Amino acid sequence: MDPFSDTLQRLREAFRSGRTRPAEFRAAQLKGLGRFLQDHKKLLQEALAQDLRKSFFESDLSELIVCQNEVNLALKSLHTWTKDEPVAKNLMTQLDSAFIRKEPFGLALIISPWNYPVNLSLVPLVGALAAGNCVVLKPSEISQGTEKVLAEVLPLYLDQSCFAVVLGGPEETQQLLKHKFDYIFFTGSPRVGKIIMAAATEHLTPITLELGGKNPCYVDDNCDPQTVANRVVLFRCYNTGQTCVAPDYVLCSPEMQERLLPAMQSAITRFYGDDPRSSPNLGRIINEKHFQRLQGLLGCGRVAIGGQSDERDRYIAPTVLVNVQQTEPVMQEEIFGPILPILSVRSLDEAIDFINCREKPLALYAFSTSNQVVKQVLARTSSGNFSGNDGFMFMTLSSLPFGGVGNSGMGKYHGKFSFDTFSHHRACLLAHSGLEKLKEIRYPPYTTRRKQLITWALSFQNCTLL
Amino acid sequence: MDPFSDTLQRLREAFRSGRTRPAEFRAAQLKGLGRFLQDHKKLLQEALAQDLHKSVTESEISEISLTQGEVNLALRNLRTWMKDEKVTKNLATQLDSAFIRKEPFGLALIISPWNYPVNLSLVPLVGALAAGNCVVLKPSEISKNTEQVLAEVLPQYLDQNCFAVVQGGPEETGQLLKHKFDYIFFTGSPRVGKIVMAAATEHLTPITLELGGKNPCYVDDNCDPQTVANRVVWFRCYNTGQTCVAPDYVLCSPEMQERLLPAMQSAITRFYGDDPRSSPNLGRIINEKHFQRLQGLLGCGRVAIGGQSDERDRYIAPTVLVDVQQTEPVMQEEIFGPILPILTVRSLDEAIDFINRREKPLALYAFSTSNQVVKQVLARTSSGTFGGNDGFMFMTLSSLPFGGVGNSGMGKYHGKFSFDTFSHHRACLLAHSGLEKLKEIRYPPYSVCRLRLLLMAMETRCTIL
Repeated sequence: MDPFSDTLQRLREAFRSGRTRPAEFRAAQLKGLGRFLQDHKKLLQEALAQDLRKSFFESDLSELIVCQNEVNLALKSLHTWTKDEPVAKNLMTQLDSAFIRKEPFGLALIISPWNYPVNLSLVPLVGALAAGNCVVLKPSEISQGTEKVLAEVLPLYLDQSCFAVVLGGPEETQQLLKHKFDYIFFTGSPRVGKIIMAAATEHLTPITLELGGKNPCYVDDNCDPQTVANRVVLFRCYNTGQTCVAPDYVLCSPEMQERLLPAMQSAITRFYGDDPRSSPNLGRIINEKHFQRLQGLLGCGRVAIGGQSDERDRYIAPTVLVNVQQTEPVMQEEIFGPILPILSVRSLDEAIDFINCREKPLALYAFSTSNQVVKQVLARTSSGNFSGNDGFMFMTLSSLPFGGVGNSGMGKYHGKFSFDTFSHHRACLLAHSGLEKLKEIRYPPYTTRRKQLITWALSFQNCTLL
Repeated sequence: MDPFSDTLQRLREAFRSGRTRPAEFRAAQLKGLGRFLQDHKKLLQEALAQDLHKSVTESEISEISLTQGEVNLALRNLRTWMKDEKVTKNLATQLDSAFIRKEPFGLALIISPWNYPVNLSLVPLVGALAAGNCVVLKPSEISKNTEQVLAEVLPQYLDQNCFAVVQGGPEETGQLLKHKFDYIFFTGSPRVGKIVMAAATEHLTPITLELGGKNPCYVDDNCDPQTVANRVVWFRCYNTGQTCVAPDYVLCSPEMQERLLPAMQSAITRFYGDDPRSSPNLGRIINEKHFQRLQGLLGCGRVAIGGQSDERDRYIAPTVLVDVQQTEPVMQEEIFGPILPILTVRSLDEAIDFINRREKPLALYAFSTSNQVVKQVLARTSSGTFGGNDGFMFMTLSSLPFGGVGNSGMGKYHGKFSFDTFSHHRACLLAHSGLEKLKEIRYPPYSVCRLRLLLMAMETRCTIL
């Protein structure tokens, strides 16, 4: 039997009833979400600690506060975002009302992953709710502690005829995807992204896919190695490396590699102490499968820093690998762990060619004291996002559209982009019901004169007479 | 053997060389496109007349002029559209440079249909070129004469390293779609839309699908029947009804139907004469298959006006059908011909329910002298686009995003929306390479004090610098 039919039916009926349309309703949902985050901050921090051994600091910064900020932004901007947007008219439509109306799609499905299970469930949810959709959230079953909180506590804060959490693994998700949704928002791997897109094709459902890839990090000879090491190590090891936008591998000259290694060791020691294993600020790998996978990667190239692992609590030490071949597993898949391979290149051109031979990544980094070098890397590559001289700070700016390109995804969100993602932008033209004499020149029998008049009238776009 | 590999390889290499990136190159392409339209206006009009019996006026307005307008708009705005777009920063990124960079996707494929074969090939092309992509255009093989002009003449006006026209039917298109593209823009039916989306899935290619549906046309009791009849008949019969945004069927009360019928007859006679068949302003059906299909639809319900057809030149008379059942073929598929069924409803609510039980259409129309009624229809339905008290005039406004929703499509274009459709919007944050002391508060070992500082810095939207 299909466990989802009743829930989906209920949500569809609620949408059809128009319940989610008024701004007041949407604001109430967003406020509910905000209260959930505040009331259960501790519960969520504990769940994240349970799932990923995430420190309270990281939980606050990259999960809870980010969500709270998005809720606040949406509440503040809701009226502006939902307003009809008037557009420029031409001479023929001068007396008409022309505008873009933002409408919810209907029933939106959000499928979120395990690495930032609060952020990557709730930030899309903010957009979907603000846009007036009914929402089904399918959180990852792998981050079990967080899944439980989202499934059992979150719905109490929202209108449950318009919002539901569904649970399950790959099989249940496949079943869920057979149903028709009006929008599907997926965060996860490219492999599963294709499965989602194939399912969406059956119903011509529009989608956003936030996927992944290997995010290159080019380090120029002109830079301060310690500064670069601090930044690269922080953003590589954040959340134990389980971040879709983390620097995945470094490209630099052999000389720079020699300078980076001691600087990276220094950064690791500074951040996590002499025994990173006992640092409360370093997390753990999510599960056995990923731990085994990462443990395998420790055998690639040569371990220059770290390399330790412990199965008992799925600990992987902050590790730097050198002498890595492109064909080795560590360069064949997204690492998603605190392991950083360094590959040598002889020039900026070689680095750029290397990057461009591969799939377009979600993020791309370039470190150099020379602005020109950073701008060159930006101009000659493509990626979802780009950062010069730092890690993924762009994630904190809701004014930037966050999304991938090519294999790293399609679509974008955060801030207003979330609202726009979950809205249909309906072109509207409301004409006067009369004034037929004016409109008569359009009708056959066509004459050259009429044709000329119409062509002329159409060419006057952006008329601001009225 | 794959006839496309070489062409696609050539275009990919040209893209990789960076050739299409400078504004000057893109402007030159757009100007070339503009010159093609001017130099070969007559050739295109003849091709359209041959393919669709399209009158010179309709060709001029809805194919050539609209396309020229888009070229001019893109040329005028190219540099503005291409510019890096600065964004608001927070305190933590105050000293950084934060902006959105517009980048071409790479190799874009445009698949266009036969009904407006110039407009629906070249308006997307404007967006793709302006955005800096290399482009493969696959025009419809059904509008053969226009296909020939596009394949043989258009490339001479563009840089052929960066632009190619490929030809073929469903089989060749299937082969073409096995290749990887960086964007696919498709205009056509929902059925083929799914095939295109399935192909796009293989390579995770982003897409725009401009599809179709049955566009409802609600006519309120409060209206002037002649005015409504003029507008509905004209937009229904434009291009012989072969328009994705044409009103497909009318919903009105039985009383309004009685008033509309003579008004519609009057409009038809006024526009096309007593013998529409001899009017130069009425086109013909594109091919035998569609003619047979439409001829079949003439048997649905009861013919109230028109109903004639002639196989010899694929003529279908402007026709109004009444007493139509929902289950009949004319209400089961997009009509795409000069046939207009009228279905009666007893109230606005019944009309809205009727509309909402069906797939979301590409366009939706409501006619009423009451603003309230028009606004209610707008508020209680969904569709790609909406026209109150008129037909698809919104197609002439490049400031409106043109696209479908649900079964009628995904994505939008025209004007700047075309440029944005064919661009990747890359989020960029360029930080200072130094100032490490400032950034140190981010590093472990974490402390509550540092957390508080960071949170404050992340939250504050600043316009100090």
